[in-house]
Amino acid sequence: MNSSVASLAQAAAPADGLLLEVRGVAKRFGVRDVLRDISLNIASGEFITLLGESGSGKTTLLRLVAGFEQPTAGEIWMGGERLDTLPPYKRRVNTVFQHYALFPHLSVRDNVAYGLRVKKTATSEIGSRVEEALRMVKMQEFAESRPSKLSGGQQQRVALARALVNRPLLLLLDEPLSALDANLRKQMQSELKALQRELGITFLFVTHDQEEAMALSDRIALLRNGALEQIASPREIYAHPATAYTAQFIGQTNLLRGEIRGGIANCGVLRWPLDVPDSLAIFSLRPEAIRLCDGGVRQNDEAKFRASIRQQLYGGASELLEVDCGAGQLLRVRISAREPLSGEHEFVFSIADAIRVQE
Amino acid sequence: MVLQMSSATSTRRAPLLTIYATLVFIFIYVPVVVLILYSFNRDGVGGFPPRHFTLDWYRQLFGDGPVWDALLNSLIVATGSVVLALILGLLAALALDRATFPGKALFRRLVLLPLILPGIITGLSLLMFAVLAGFQRSLILVFFGHATALISVATTELFAGLQKLDRSQEEASLDLGATPWQTFWRITLPNLKLSLIAAGLLIFTLSMDEIAVTFFLIGSENTLPQEIWSRLRQGITPEINAISTLIFAVSVVLIVIWYRVRTRGLGAEAQELLDRA
Amino acid sequence: MYSRAYKTLVSMPPLLWVGLFLLLPYALMFAHSFWTVQDGVVVHQWNLHNYAALLSKPVYLEVLLRTMRIAASVTICSLLLGYPLAYYLSFRAGARKELLYQLVIVPLWVSYLVRGYAWKTILGSEGVLNGFLQYLHITHKPVAFLLYSPFAVVLVLTHIYTPFVFLPIYAALEHIPRPLVEASEDLGASSVQTFLRVILPLSMPGLLAGATFAFVLSLGDFLAPLLVGGASGTMIANVVQSLFGAAYDWPLGAAISACILILIVSLLFLTERLEKRWSFK
Repeated sequence: MNSSVASLAQAAAPADGLLLEVRGVAKRFGVRDVLRDISLNIASGEFITLLGESGSGKTTLLRLVAGFEQPTAGEIWMGGERLDTLPPYKRRVNTVFQHYALFPHLSVRDNVAYGLRVKKTATSEIGSRVEEALRMVKMQEFAESRPSKLSGGQQQRVALARALVNRPLLLLLDEPLSALDANLRKQMQSELKALQRELGITFLFVTHDQEEAMALSDRIALLRNGALEQIASPREIYAHPATAYTAQFIGQTNLLRGEIRGGIANCGVLRWPLDVPDSLAIFSLRPEAIRLCDGGVRQNDEAKFRASIRQQLYGGASELLEVDCGAGQLLRVRISAREPLSGEHEFVFSIADAIRVQE
Repeated sequence: MVLQMSSATSTRRAPLLTIYATLVFIFIYVPVVVLILYSFNRDGVGGFPPRHFTLDWYRQLFGDGPVWDALLNSLIVATGSVVLALILGLLAALALDRATFPGKALFRRLVLLPLILPGIITGLSLLMFAVLAGFQRSLILVFFGHATALISVATTELFAGLQKLDRSQEEASLDLGATPWQTFWRITLPNLKLSLIAAGLLIFTLSMDEIAVTFFLIGSENTLPQEIWSRLRQGITPEINAISTLIFAVSVVLIVIWYRVRTRGLGAEAQELLDRA
Repeated sequence: MYSRAYKTLVSMPPLLWVGLFLLLPYALMFAHSFWTVQDGVVVHQWNLHNYAALLSKPVYLEVLLRTMRIAASVTICSLLLGYPLAYYLSFRAGARKELLYQLVIVPLWVSYLVRGYAWKTILGSEGVLNGFLQYLHITHKPVAFLLYSPFAVVLVLTHIYTPFVFLPIYAALEHIPRPLVEASEDLGASSVQTFLRVILPLSMPGLLAGATFAFVLSLGDFLAPLLVGGASGTMIANVVQSLFGAAYDWPLGAAISACILILIVSLLFLTERLEKRWSFK
């Protein structure tokens, strides 16, 4: 870990443990409840993402932590002290804005130095800290440029440096990559992840892109209509979605609706043994969990079915098949790339991969 | 789309600033309020507080012939100015928006000059020109003066409207077989409707109130401001308050209409942008 | 996309009109300043007598300086009133912003003459203000300096031009993206610091435009002095006006007008350069 990064990481949180506590926070705009009774804890040093569609409340929650809105109910605590009663400029929290919000009348250097100047930091110290922040985002040679002369990606880096130079306890990122094109986005994602690892600063990241969330986060908090749907690590949330919504929002899935009767799960054409009490049920079955097994033998912990191929979408490394099980039941199957298929085939999946989810 | 929700900054208490802003508001409105109040005061203008409500001054006003003649003159000049200024202003705006020619920069500045120059300079220049050309001071001369000075208002407003115009609409029209002339009447002009109305209202009001340029070009027939002015030279009478109150009332109505027209235009455009997004 | 014919058709009429009725008259005024008047008739003989007279007789310079002082006072006062008002509306008024904006521009459209007259009735010895003060027993005699003084001229002109100064400042403030203000606070700046470091610099073009407008128009104003200025409140435009009236000397009047025109155009040129430097996209 080089020295510039080390000194930035220095001012990090109280040693391991809880950094931010959101306790029963709610926010109402007019007659709309944008956030309802949200409680979550953020550990220091973690990269946590607020994921959701527009209107899910994720940006509002971020703004509450930043201090641009006040909660209608509930409290926010940071490092053992009350946070939501403080104005933004007194919080040890900094934000990277969606459209960067760089000051057009200041150079890159002056933009980055802004937070330090405003808190009357010693001039000698400002110089060195700004230098190291610019080096960290690789923008040293643009120090004297005006923001209007920079590309989107470059502006984004400056916004990052401007926030981090202040050594915040928590960094908020409001969909910072959404304005970038696909390739640049991927590149910035990996740079951001690496940066967070090195600095050890807690990142609270907001996005609507579930792939991005999965790639970057230690934990994902999925928001839906102002409430927390599920909060877990990416692997956990992918493999064990709690609800149908989560299963569909994160990655792709087949939602199988049916019932359990007499120890058998019945979902359309599919059936498999399941030793639980009778009830209606929904299962999530990921496309990649289903395999082709023409002529193969079914194991005890597997379920088999026949279906005819309706569509085959080639994707380079894999194929996505749309198959008809009969009686209008369509499923998606993902298999490794091969030559075009057609007609009826046999498919198999492990019973354990049919995850039961709530509505 | 996420609304630009009111941030904490915009609603945080700022008591001193609020008081100061209120005082400025009061300062702006005090003369108008006093004017209106005292137009109903029997004991005339001055003294405090006003007692004895009366409508006498309004009655006197309605029987005052010269005032109504002056009003008629003003209306004629104003209407004429609107027509002429809009036509020339539209052409100027189109020229600035679409054509390049030598001296264009000079032309642009020249057109906008009467807006920023004190009226006395424009008025005197026109007077000297008139004398040299052998014209008498008269209402017609006043009309020319107003129209010329107010082209700048029309140009500014219409130029802004042209900038907002989606060029691809005109291209689509030509693509579908319409001639430039047809395109102008069927596409360009309707899109400028709101700018034309806003500019027209503004020019009308400015012409009705114009005094600086008028001062030097007027002949024997008075416009309304001229009439008020010559009365003022003779002394203060509450009848002037009455005229002023009426002028104020009409101005308020016009400006509310102007504002509605302008912002409705903006609303419609914003809606279009949203639909397209 | 536009044919030659179209462009010519569109530019010719306004060009001709403006050339004939604006360029020519202004040029004529300049020409007049180099002529003289003899026995009540203008003599078209080129000379510099008028300009020499302006430079040699101190009275003209005096009036010009007084006029500039008044114009400067008006500009400063209008800014002091107009800027905070614009700031309040743009940043603190919330939902009432639209309504308040309309309320501010309404008086703008009320006739200049009417507003000047209103102040005349307020400030006079028999006026409303004096009556008010005496009613409350704050004074027992009319206060004299209120009317027919430079003070009155500054007061009236400030009243006229505050809304004019307000408009471009408000437009400039509205143009400032709110995320910039939030970013400033996020980085630790208080409201005052945010104002001085972010809002004020970015509103400079609007401020400059408004101030120029107020200064230039006050400089050439002749109505307010006639209404409320009295002898001590005469401004340079009044001198010009009388030279075109009773004190018949058009060439001299033209010379003074030419000087005013040059002064104004230089000022406009200067502020335009400044505005370009201070506008940030």
